[in-house]
Amino acid sequence: MYILIVGGGKVGSNLTSTLMKMGHEVTLVEGDRDRYALLEEKFEHVVRPGDATELFVLERAGVERADLVVAVTGDDEDNIIVCQVAKEKYGVPKVIARVNDPRNQPHFDMVGITLTVSATATILALIEHQLPQHELVTLIDLKRENLEIVEFAIGSGSPAAGKYVRELNLPNRSRLISVTRDGRAEIAIGETQLAPGDLVMAILEPDVEDELKQQLMPA
Amino acid sequence: MKLLIVGCGRVGSSIARNMSDDGHDVSVIDEDPEALQRLPESWPGRFVHGHGLDTEVLVEGGIGTADACVVCTDGDNTNIVIAQIARKRFDCPCVVTRVLDPARAAFYDTLGLQTVCPTSRSIDIMTEAICATPGRMTDDG
Repeated sequence: MYILIVGGGKVGSNLTSTLMKMGHEVTLVEGDRDRYALLEEKFEHVVRPGDATELFVLERAGVERADLVVAVTGDDEDNIIVCQVAKEKYGVPKVIARVNDPRNQPHFDMVGITLTVSATATILALIEHQLPQHELVTLIDLKRENLEIVEFAIGSGSPAAGKYVRELNLPNRSRLISVTRDGRAEIAIGETQLAPGDLVMAILEPDVEDELKQQLMPA
Repeated sequence: MKLLIVGCGRVGSSIARNMSDDGHDVSVIDEDPEALQRLPESWPGRFVHGHGLDTEVLVEGGIGTADACVVCTDGDNTNIVIAQIARKRFDCPCVVTRVLDPARAAFYDTLGLQTVCPTSRSIDIMTEAICATPGRMTDDG
């Protein structure tokens, strides 16, 4: 696969070495001259200098034949423009962007960049995952598929406590995936009986979230 | 009309002053509080201190009800993203955006943004000025 990486900071340079080790063809574009000089010692011809939001820089880096463009600069506007131009102008089949400020996430969504990675949002999700919970926690948001994988605890007041999965009146566009009890996870099947304290994972379309909550959480 | 201007540099502040003098309701956004100095001392409009990518700042500047929005910060990419927010998320009927890079300006025009590229304009005007002069008159001309 030919992968174009924009932004040679820690994320970009580590991605470059890892992907090269995996046998991919990689080009890394870095806009800062000093940073470029450092990267060039390590990556030689694989790294190119230039502002990748300039179309000619992208073209010279071979954007037209790229299978994947990854924009991981420290600047959200630049990441948005690189991905949008790669997708809309050069027809790159897949783009991935780093979100530096989670408040900018809606702007990435707005221009149709569905694959985004945000360190802040990821860490927040991990913290939520560790805390005792009374709410649905979104573990994975599959924007392009319009699906999400959520986790929640069955409280003692839950209408689902003591019931078998087959007895639940779950929304059509949702499925339970697994039930974790005392640290052991099992795939949820019709004969799985839910008990207070269980951690349940489910996959669903985001708009049936409220309906699912009603079935599984105390009012 | 209600006008929102994002970026209060030379261009933004001049448009703000002209439109306000003509009786329009003008709001200005800039991330530098000092930019207010570019506006007249008795500035009758609103000045919001903040970054134009921040949705709350745009809302405070009145993007939700503005009839037109001028985007002219000093960053092309920032301008392009703000312009798309104004159009797509706030349905602003008229959004004019400054983009210094001719290539990006041309591409985003094809995506439906109304861009103004001072670089292309300068190139045209200067080339025209050069071509319009007869050059040095030499004896052996």
